[in-house]
Amino acid sequence: MAHLTRVLKSEWTKVTTVRSTLWTLVLAFFLTVSIGIAFSALLKNLSNEERGGPLDPTYVSFSGMSMGQLAMVAFGVLVVSGEYSTGMIRASLGAVPQRGVFMAAKLVACTALALLVGMVTSVATFFGSQLVLGEEKASITDDGVLRAVVCGGLYMTLMALFSMGVTWMLRSPLLAFSILMPFFFIVSGILGVVEATRKIAQFLPDQAGMTMLAVNDLTDFDRAYGPGGALLIMLAWVAAALIGGYVMLKRRDA
Amino acid sequence: MIEAVGLTKSYGDKTAVYQLSFQVRPGVVTGFLGPNGSGKSTTMRMTVGLDEPTAGTVTVNGLPYRRLPNAARQVGALLDAKAVHGGRSAREHLLCLAQLSGVPSSRVDEVIDVVGLGEVAHKRSKGFSLGMGQRLGIAGALLGDPPVLLFDEPVNGLDPEGILWIRNLMKQLASEGRTVLVSSHLMSEMALTADHLIVIGRGQLLADMSVKDFIAHNSQGYARVRVPEDRPDDPEKLRTALARAGGQLLPEEDGGFRVTGLALPQISDLAHEADVRLWELSPHHASLEEAYMQMTQGAVDYRATVDTRSSLQPLPQGMPGQGHAPQGHAPQGHGYPAGPGHPAPGAQGYPQQGYAPQPMPQQPGTGYGTPAPGGHPPQQQPWPGGAPGTQPYAAPTPGAPTSDSEAAR
Repeated sequence: MAHLTRVLKSEWTKVTTVRSTLWTLVLAFFLTVSIGIAFSALLKNLSNEERGGPLDPTYVSFSGMSMGQLAMVAFGVLVVSGEYSTGMIRASLGAVPQRGVFMAAKLVACTALALLVGMVTSVATFFGSQLVLGEEKASITDDGVLRAVVCGGLYMTLMALFSMGVTWMLRSPLLAFSILMPFFFIVSGILGVVEATRKIAQFLPDQAGMTMLAVNDLTDFDRAYGPGGALLIMLAWVAAALIGGYVMLKRRDA
Repeated sequence: MIEAVGLTKSYGDKTAVYQLSFQVRPGVVTGFLGPNGSGKSTTMRMTVGLDEPTAGTVTVNGLPYRRLPNAARQVGALLDAKAVHGGRSAREHLLCLAQLSGVPSSRVDEVIDVVGLGEVAHKRSKGFSLGMGQRLGIAGALLGDPPVLLFDEPVNGLDPEGILWIRNLMKQLASEGRTVLVSSHLMSEMALTADHLIVIGRGQLLADMSVKDFIAHNSQGYARVRVPEDRPDDPEKLRTALARAGGQLLPEEDGGFRVTGLALPQISDLAHEADVRLWELSPHHASLEEAYMQMTQGAVDYRATVDTRSSLQPLPQGMPGQGHAPQGHAPQGHGYPAGPGHPAPGAQGYPQQGYAPQPMPQQPGTGYGTPAPGGHPPQQQPWPGGAPGTQPYAAPTPGAPTSDSEAAR
């Protein structure tokens, strides 16, 4: 409908006209690709014993994603909290009183941009790393590799989307950052390593997301689900965050 | 046309707006007045659907804002001038809003020129001054060329040229048949701009009438009289003559007198009969500010008290609280200070005192009397048990020379 396209256009203008948010996407790209290539270069020269197992050339190329995802989280937080911290939300909702339409348009515009950057990043880090890996390299035509590369882009997009939902619930950029960043940077990692919490931690969004990137050998991961299940788990997290955000947006005064 | 019916908004147990009903008609500028925290902004926010009323409704052209088709084309609002992402340029900001409401981007450049931001249109709004931000906010309100406009404190931070521009803009918009609701604290500005007034205090309607009626209803005009200084008996003679006719003669600071209760020709006749020459006989018309102060005194939430300066510096003897500190006089009668010791010539006293503590004259019928000591809730009090008007932000300093409101109780 005409109304939605107008709002979409506006949201696209919004997301593309603020430099700081665009920088987070640039950062996501460079962090992921540079760390991926650096790790590949480092691990290539090590023996299997030193690495602790045979090299998974695809998975290694995604090493930078644990950092790059944080930039994507920052992107998600900024595009939503920017409305609240600046007061722009009042102008926006003044123009679009239908809050569902407003939220949907923002999600679509921002997700489109995140998906584009995520896919480009995933493809770039894969091919960049394979260049460095030399004879250990994988080919995009190998079994499961293409799927892993696509999932890499999806993973980054879903992380941004998840943080958008969370930020819609929290509204404050400070609050959103201080919950999401330590969680994905530290807490989730610790929970995934500690034996007692491991079984539960594997269902956290980032842990599940990383599983999506595995090509075939899932024994390393010790997961109760495969890549397909991982995608479903991530989608469930994203859906939960967005529904929570929508309920908050609908119910609270702007 | 904006119409509120029984509009109520509570935040937890605090009631911001209570049972507010009014109509804002097209074709005139309607001023929306009230002390800080009286619920003006809350009312405006509910009008544009940002806040959901706890009870009652507010409609624009018969529909609640959220159900208006393409609301942005029907209502333009300046609620918070700084509601702009600082990282976006003025033009980009307006473009976002224009796209939201389906306004062509050529209109963006139009309104930028209308508000005079042409030179900084491509600068990031982060560096804008208060006045520039205000202009940007007004541009946003005008964008959709809407028939209903709301402006919350539009002249904040504007220079005199900007204030004049706003005044003419409001009048022009109204003369085009639009509905214009403007809130402001600047009474002199409102007196010049608005045709109609809606006054609220503590979230309740105090007045809904034309500016002229408002002044007439809420202030008392009087005559200023001056008699020759070389005849010391004249004041007494005049007083007696006027008193017999039911008038009152009160001395003023500058040696003149004010006469209440009598019309000017009558004063002249009485003076003539009493053989008193008059050097001056002039009418005093109350200003909107006086009328407003008179009405809202009981409904002010935030009051200043005397700055005792915590003995940071010794107060010079014989200068009790000069400057911005209110004097310890207690106005009598209908709230006009009289008698010696009043600092202001012209005896209005209000401009100097601002929101300083004053005794609150009882306004019959408004329900906003002085909160009685001992905690009797004033009549029509929507807050059970509360003691409104007890100056929440004015912590009484122990041992300090307390303000005259205490003294008057």
